[in-house]
Amino acid sequence: MSKYKSIRSAGTGYSVLIEKRTIWISAVLLVLTMGTMIISTGMGSLYISPMNVVKVLLGVGDPAHQVVVMKLRLPRIVIAALVGASLAVAGAILQGVIRNPLASPDVAGITEGASLGAVLFIFLLGGTVPVQWMPIASITGALAVTGLLYVLSWKRGVDPLRLVLIGIGLSAAIKSLSYMFIISGPMQLAERSLTFMTGSIYGVSWDKDVITLLPWLAILFPLTWLQARILNIQALGDDTASSAGAQVQRQRFILILLSVALAGAAVAIGGAITFIGLMAPHMARKLAGASFGSVLPVSALLGALILLISDLVARTVFIPKDVPAGVLTAAIGAPFFMYLLYRNRNR
Amino acid sequence: MKIIYLIVPLVVLAGVVVCSVAFGVTDIPIGTVWESIIHYNASNEHLIIRTTRIPRALIAAAVGACLAIAGAVMQVLTRNPIASPSTLGVNAGAAFFIMLCGLSLGISGQQAFTWVALIGAALSGGIVFLLGSIGRDGMTPVKITLAGASMSAFFASLTQGLMLTNGKMFDQILAWLVGSVAGREMSQLEAVWPYMAAGMAIALLLSRHLNVLAMGDDMAQGLGQSPGRTKAFGAASVILLAGGSVAVAGPIAFVGIIIPHIVRYLVGTDYRWILPCSAVFGAILLVAADLGSRYIAMPKEVPVGVMTAIMGVPFFVYIARKGRRTS
Repeated sequence: MSKYKSIRSAGTGYSVLIEKRTIWISAVLLVLTMGTMIISTGMGSLYISPMNVVKVLLGVGDPAHQVVVMKLRLPRIVIAALVGASLAVAGAILQGVIRNPLASPDVAGITEGASLGAVLFIFLLGGTVPVQWMPIASITGALAVTGLLYVLSWKRGVDPLRLVLIGIGLSAAIKSLSYMFIISGPMQLAERSLTFMTGSIYGVSWDKDVITLLPWLAILFPLTWLQARILNIQALGDDTASSAGAQVQRQRFILILLSVALAGAAVAIGGAITFIGLMAPHMARKLAGASFGSVLPVSALLGALILLISDLVARTVFIPKDVPAGVLTAAIGAPFFMYLLYRNRNR
Repeated sequence: MKIIYLIVPLVVLAGVVVCSVAFGVTDIPIGTVWESIIHYNASNEHLIIRTTRIPRALIAAAVGACLAIAGAVMQVLTRNPIASPSTLGVNAGAAFFIMLCGLSLGISGQQAFTWVALIGAALSGGIVFLLGSIGRDGMTPVKITLAGASMSAFFASLTQGLMLTNGKMFDQILAWLVGSVAGREMSQLEAVWPYMAAGMAIALLLSRHLNVLAMGDDMAQGLGQSPGRTKAFGAASVILLAGGSVAVAGPIAFVGIIIPHIVRYLVGTDYRWILPCSAVFGAILLVAADLGSRYIAMPKEVPVGVMTAIMGVPFFVYIARKGRRTS
């Protein structure tokens, strides 16, 4: 029996190769994620036992719990899972394209672009345009920065390393631009923008945030998964990929576009949460092997899990302070990054 | 002939400093500026000049010079053309330690800030250096740049988290976090200048050794130099220069990248010339950028760090595009 299972669609040229082990791993991770979501929903100033949370979800719970779970906690939990998953997938794509395991949307400046878009939205249009439009602003920001990045690093094709180096420079400049708008704008908006730049999913709601993010992901996730085959080829390197018949530059452009859209949508809701796009794909590769057919779903699940746990710790351990989840992901992410550098020292 | 590149900029520097003292929200005639120095009468204009304009111009000049030298030294030590205190996380580390000290431990005062800034700069720079140099192929530009970028991201998140949980005085702290020389007092410069001077002295004394080290570790060893010792002294000077600058002006970005490249283009590869010229050019850049930053959003001011960050991007792009294949 083969180790792999392939899903093909005849005629359209799409196929996805999945290791059978991946299916098991995904199942386990899914159960873990669900479990964490339920436990996390119960935690907080009012403790609700997991059993009671499940009861509420099934519609037979205590009416007092009903409000807390459905109105206050669950939106935040769901958003944590969705934002974590999309950042992780954005990172997985980028690492595949750039062929450097140390790349991620935050290092390359994509996250900073998205948060500049959002900060501009808050300051220039604040109050006149409904908040639901914010994702458009942040995705536009991410796209604009990525476009600029692409143009600036284009020299007979885009060399992945050049892309990263220029991305680092751009992201520093963009960050200080965001700061400038915060400083020169009215004070009461400063805290909101700054929270946004750190990354926090405090105070999200169903009708504003979940509804805004979900359609984006419903389109982008399947679309990305269909590109897994192309990602596998990209990971071989430019020369091998083009001799295997791939249109390297065009496919790279499409993949980066997908990554930007995912990161932009996630930042619009969760702010500039860092390092998830770096950590999750790595763990996924460790668990499920290098084929992107399995890396993509597994990193999505892992990303969701990481942000869920980070947010849970951030809001419960430091009571009464609600620490932004982005601080915690950075605090875990940086040591992880050092470990990676150490591991890759001979590459 | 190279001496021209030192003398002309010095004259220019004097000119920019005078402009920086004279122009701003209130323009003050040059004559009054001169008068306030020799015949000080506590009039309004004299007060502005003595207590805000002059300290500001001098601090900008000192910080610019320090950051430029630090950048030049780091570029030799790491053999990386985009090394600078801001790209390799040294500034971010210093800034975080100052915030930690000021907001959480409630310690303040320029002396204390300077010390914690030095500790932060050493810690963060040390980790980046270590991470960038492990492995069989030694230090590669890409490895150390990535290490620097992620350390910066790490410290920046922690700093923002600290601010948000202790939230007060956002605008002042933020202006400091981007890097600004506005509203500084002479006493702040008095507290840090010994560290800055020590850093500069070490760097200048080291310039001959840096010339040798620039040819590579093996070559330096073959010529009878101990690369390890040169690097240790170089690192010490970078920490003093960057830590001192951050303590007084906040983490100002990219001066350390922009200046050494301009200077190398003008005077060649001899560090005995590069370092002093970098100091003067760096001072000009920061004083001029600070002067410009007063006019962008009159009567409000844009922190000078924003200006240098934007100016730095073309250099980043140029270096990355030109770069030899680097991996």
